[in-house]
Amino acid sequence: MYFEAIAKIVAERTGCEIANIQPESKFSELGIDSLDTVELLMNLEDEIGIEIELDQKVETIGDLDRLIQSKKG
Amino acid sequence: MIRGKTAIVTGGSRGIGRAIVEKLASQGANVAVIYAGSQDLAQQVCTQCAQQYGSELKAYQCDVSDYEAVRQTVAQIRKEFGTVHILVNNAGITRDGLIAVMPREDLDAVIDTNLKGAFHMIRHCTGLFLRNREGCIVNIASVSGLMGNGGQCNYAASKAGLIGLTKSVARELASKGVRCNAIAPGFIETDMTRSQQENPLLTSIPLGRMGKPEEVADAVAFLVSADYITGEVLRVDGGIAM
Repeated sequence: MYFEAIAKIVAERTGCEIANIQPESKFSELGIDSLDTVELLMNLEDEIGIEIELDQKVETIGDLDRLIQSKKG
Repeated sequence: MIRGKTAIVTGGSRGIGRAIVEKLASQGANVAVIYAGSQDLAQQVCTQCAQQYGSELKAYQCDVSDYEAVRQTVAQIRKEFGTVHILVNNAGITRDGLIAVMPREDLDAVIDTNLKGAFHMIRHCTGLFLRNREGCIVNIASVSGLMGNGGQCNYAASKAGLIGLTKSVARELASKGVRCNAIAPGFIETDMTRSQQENPLLTSIPLGRMGKPEEVADAVAFLVSADYITGEVLRVDGGIAM
């Protein structure tokens, strides 16, 4: 589960309350566009210490969490 | 602005690329020199610049037309230099000929190195630029890509493509502090332009002479330092394509 790590970075980036970020929250609703998502992933790679190839569409925080889990698995 | 930064220069062992390596190193950049075949020359420029300017330089053999090889080389450079701030896509080849008889291999080879090579490099360096929230890309295009050149349809197409790539990347990454510009050299005195000695265009250069690789390198250094310029195509051509 990387939900907390993702939520923390999203909160830092957008200034929204971490409590308001849910797995089903869409990046677009949080004010994060597709390029921001790539950038977010870069920060996560450094934090988690793995390389993730963003080869599929991620719409929600939960999508990204599952993607990272599947890559790490 | 250049001091202490890490730059990658493709095609850095000879010609314009070599002059760019020397220029950036002279301004205090550490440089990863990518070369295709000339290992001795690449090694030589690294050793010479390291001694002369005290910068860190290293040569990497890589065929930029190979997506996977570029990925691995950029990863290796990241490991050894920590990150990348400046990317100069200079690697280029010519396979001149008339379009009516041009073999498809000559089209593919030129597009693969000149256009796809730059794409591959940008593709694999952008992650580092996004992490740093800064980055500067300079693509070495050509006046052939602006005005066309008979006998060089493949080359001109690759360079025109490079200009489209430059402007698209500039738009896509501007909000992240990444700039992307191109330089369009005219006739520059290198091994590559030996085949152009008979070109009638040579007599119509307003400044009346061919350019020097160092004059293109000066323009690269300018664009690297020009914080408010992105998506530009800067001609260094003695006025030939104005």
